[in-house]
Amino acid sequence: MPLFLFKRFLQALLVLIGVSFSTFIVAHMTGDPVELMARENATLEDKQALREFLGLDRPLAEQYLSFVGKALQGDLGYSFVQQAPVTQLIAERLPATLLLAAAGFVLALLISVPLGIIIALKRNTVWDVVVTALAMIGQAAPGFWIGLMLVVLFAVELKLLPVSGYGGPLYLVLPAITLALQSAARLTRLVRASMLEVLNADYIRTARSKGLRERTILFIHAFRGAMIPVVTMAGLELAELVSGAFITETIFAWPGVGRLAVNAVYQRDFPLIQGVVLMAAAFFVIINFLVDVLYVVIDPRVKLK
Amino acid sequence: MTVPVADRPASRPFAVRRFFARHTIGLIGLTILLCAVSAALFAPWIAPHPPSAVNLMARLAPPAWVEGGSMTHLLGTDNLGRDILSRVIYGAQVSLSVGAGAVVLGAIIGSSVGLLAGYFGGWVDAVLSFLINVQLSFPFTLLAIFLLASFGGGFVSVVVVVALATWVNYARVVRGQVMSVTNQDYVEAARTVGVPTLRILRHYILPNILSPIIVVASFSMAQAILTEAALSFLGVGVGGTQPSWGMMLNDGRNYLQNAWWMTAMPGIATALTVLAGNLCGDWLQDRTDPRLRK
Repeated sequence: MPLFLFKRFLQALLVLIGVSFSTFIVAHMTGDPVELMARENATLEDKQALREFLGLDRPLAEQYLSFVGKALQGDLGYSFVQQAPVTQLIAERLPATLLLAAAGFVLALLISVPLGIIIALKRNTVWDVVVTALAMIGQAAPGFWIGLMLVVLFAVELKLLPVSGYGGPLYLVLPAITLALQSAARLTRLVRASMLEVLNADYIRTARSKGLRERTILFIHAFRGAMIPVVTMAGLELAELVSGAFITETIFAWPGVGRLAVNAVYQRDFPLIQGVVLMAAAFFVIINFLVDVLYVVIDPRVKLK
Repeated sequence: MTVPVADRPASRPFAVRRFFARHTIGLIGLTILLCAVSAALFAPWIAPHPPSAVNLMARLAPPAWVEGGSMTHLLGTDNLGRDILSRVIYGAQVSLSVGAGAVVLGAIIGSSVGLLAGYFGGWVDAVLSFLINVQLSFPFTLLAIFLLASFGGGFVSVVVVVALATWVNYARVVRGQVMSVTNQDYVEAARTVGVPTLRILRHYILPNILSPIIVVASFSMAQAILTEAALSFLGVGVGGTQPSWGMMLNDGRNYLQNAWWMTAMPGIATALTVLAGNLCGDWLQDRTDPRLRK
């Protein structure tokens, strides 16, 4: 088992190097930040001096190594547009993003796990058909569109909740629901499928023939088995929520990393974009690694490999 | 000779009903898809108004069934008095062509990568799998906006970016499938008698992985349409004067307070088309994966 985890750890590390390298290359392919930063009347000499000051005249490999070296020390560079260190900018916005992601994630699990189990137990009934259909529609509709429609209903028509912004708990409700519905739509169908598969497994039949109570079978035996694929998917969803809430944050004017990143793209703030992409990818890789660790804990079969 | 009751051919109405019962999902998906494709192809003949015809006298008119609406503009008008129904119909052109383009490009890149990784294994597989993992770890939406904002939008850029988002879907499925096919005796036999590698890949392996590719393609088309809508919504889409659903959603955003239909209609069109792609994918998967066949 330690070998399995060690291998996964090395893999995660390699992926992070790959991500940082491609981010670096893309950022450098997409234009000269000096052209954007320099004033209109800057001379060629001025620009050259600026380039040297920023270290943009050094060989690409050297620039990359220095970027990685600094990143490891928590220095992701300096945003010329915002006149502040990238790490500081991200750190300021991270709490809002984590709050939103956590709220969305918990809500998504609270919706999808019970709902998935119920419709698995009542399969082929009206409940099953209705919930599955709703989940499919939820998967098909653009998440941000669902968010906008929620705004129309709850903020504009019913005037129950604020349209957008950041403040008291009321401001959290609509963005969190918007994020949660997208995840819940995907997870509900997975919980259902996984539960159905487990209920047909031999060990459940054994438990039944031993005469165990149905409740014990469902909640102790079946639930644990059914949660194995769900944990993987939930991990991916969480990573997606932390790193992928760009549009939701934008439409609700939520002051998180996502909105910071979208604005950075429009302003061509390369160091900032690079920092956010790297951070989001790191989150993704770390969460995936933690899911692998969790796997070993909940699925005894993995230990054998 | 008496025919046993069970073997007698089912009566016609029963056979029809059984056909519909078995293929409900596929039929719904295909019907919606067919509607969307017809809307895109025959837009100039179906649309009641030209999509960009501005009518300042009829700004923000509500849909026909809402108080104040009229049959002239069935789904209402936008902030410039343009007919929303006509724009939704024309919008299908952008969404479906981006979807189709991205599916073709993504399938070519992804299947090639999967084919190479699965067939050769070893270090080729290690390198390509690594690429797949790196791609999967990127916050893709951000990368897409970034690329489009830097290199400029337009149809080709959007198709390329969306294909970059979806090629891994094919690569992963094809890789797994090729691995299991490559160990079959007939492939081993072909290799032993000296059939060239390229020929083995094309004639012995590709036919076996076509159906999973088609399944992935229909899910990926749905994903491509969603991605295009998100990109256009953020203002880095296909652009130009051609209306697209994502662009209409972006226009509608500023009029949520007094004209919800500007946002609702293109969203419903997007959701239905994506739903159709997903339904077709589910249906094809049930049909082609023998493990799932009941």
